[in-house]
Amino acid sequence: MKHKYDTIVIGGGPAGLASAIKATKLGLKTLIIEKTERLGGIPLQCIHEGFGVIYFKQNLSGPEFSYKLIKEVDRLSIDYITSGYVSEINILSDEAKQVKVISPKAYQVFETKTLIYAAGAREKTLHEINVVGDRVSGIFTAGEAQALMDIYGVMPGREVVIIGSGDVGLILTRRLILEKAKVKAVIEAMPYPGGLVRNIVQCLKDFDVPLLLGHVVKETRGRKRVEKVIVERVDENLKPLGESFSITCDTVIISAGLLPHVRMLKELGVKMDPSTRGPIVNDFFETSIRGVFAAGNALVVNDLVDYVVEQGENAAEGAYSLITKKYVRQQNIPVLFDDNIRFVVPQRITKTSDVVFYLRVKRPMKDVKIIFEEIDKVFVFSKARPSEMIRVKIKKKDLGDIKDKLHVRLYSDASPQT
Amino acid sequence: MPVRKLKYTCIVCPQGCEIEVVISDNEIKEIKGFKCIRGKRYVTEEVLAPKRTLITVLHCKNGDYPTVSVKTSKPIPKEKMFEILEYLSKIVLEAPVDIGDIVIRNIFNSGVDIIATRPCRKV
Repeated sequence: MKHKYDTIVIGGGPAGLASAIKATKLGLKTLIIEKTERLGGIPLQCIHEGFGVIYFKQNLSGPEFSYKLIKEVDRLSIDYITSGYVSEINILSDEAKQVKVISPKAYQVFETKTLIYAAGAREKTLHEINVVGDRVSGIFTAGEAQALMDIYGVMPGREVVIIGSGDVGLILTRRLILEKAKVKAVIEAMPYPGGLVRNIVQCLKDFDVPLLLGHVVKETRGRKRVEKVIVERVDENLKPLGESFSITCDTVIISAGLLPHVRMLKELGVKMDPSTRGPIVNDFFETSIRGVFAAGNALVVNDLVDYVVEQGENAAEGAYSLITKKYVRQQNIPVLFDDNIRFVVPQRITKTSDVVFYLRVKRPMKDVKIIFEEIDKVFVFSKARPSEMIRVKIKKKDLGDIKDKLHVRLYSDASPQT
Repeated sequence: MPVRKLKYTCIVCPQGCEIEVVISDNEIKEIKGFKCIRGKRYVTEEVLAPKRTLITVLHCKNGDYPTVSVKTSKPIPKEKMFEILEYLSKIVLEAPVDIGDIVIRNIFNSGVDIIATRPCRKV
């Protein structure tokens, strides 16, 4: 292992692996630093299918997806450290960064021209979703419950209440039921489900699990272990409607969404976007610090791993372009969006290459038109939901008319509830 | 037998078509609302013989992880799921197991294999 690299990738999940593979293929000396004992990331514990339909044109389970990337890392002999904790990053200059890593084997200091930050997301906790009450055993995040069950082979509990109806919560519900747990209810604050319709069908309806929309868990109660939760009905602004009831259970699993894991970027002083909770990046996924790139769920929380991989590859191309001086950051044009849109990534564009935009709508909508105003580009969708990230690509040649800003507007004819 | 109207949400692709099926005497009389032939096929199978790919983990001895994740080689009848899971919960594998290994061949003479989807290295 050398101590000088062209790029160091922080995170050995799909985004990190994909960016390391791409960077290596572009000729960059690359090192991956992974904090757990294995490469592969969270898909290792996502044993259901539905991974890689776009990228590999195959319907794979999470581990199968990750191992396709890991095999490529091995084939290309890419350097990597597992059980490696990044203890410090120092920005030496635009072209040089220092990364200090501690692992069971050694304490090492590396120098690199570029950094690709792909540390994934973290799960929201009980505190972030305003649940009060007893902090007793039996309360897990969805990721913890999944790891217990599908890596360690241990059931988290027998009578479960799930908070949140995003895809993670729905898929976990099915797994729990198949392993003979009883899921008493899935509780969702919004008036519409958070996950894909197909997951509502094959995970809840298949097993007659009640989905309580417009409800929140207000309180957990129990002495040593959870005994019940207090549930309350809320309106669409999450204001309590004064009706509450209890559900007995021995386990509460929180699946209330993910947030980009950006602590290290924040410490470096990278500028953040309040709408994604991730870093502000340009179309090469370069952050506000030169030579520091971001990809995957650390950049923006995705619902498809295929897009995560695409982002990893794009960040690698960014690092390559920067190192080979093919890309000079002459201009970073801000991307603005209107009130129907939750976020747009990237938040800046350089007009030097094709751009893939990722965005989410704020609520379910029908007959949606997304308009890139300054260049008269229109994309039409029959349906749009907050749970399904929209991806559109605009060619470099079509970006020519943009001057000092780009507006993304969204028009919808109707707003259905489901 | 009374005529029954059932509503399905197609799970073949993310469009999620709302499909209505009219059933009488255990026979499909009418299907409407699908946008493509795959939707029609899905609902027909869903009404007459619903199938799912089964996933679970099997215990594994002497490996770096205590389990191996597995899937059925093809979708199996939905009503067989719990029976197969019950059987699988008693199986204990021995490391090493590689990704793609057939860990159980032709389970219950169904023509379906159980395939490892995550490796377990011997330690």
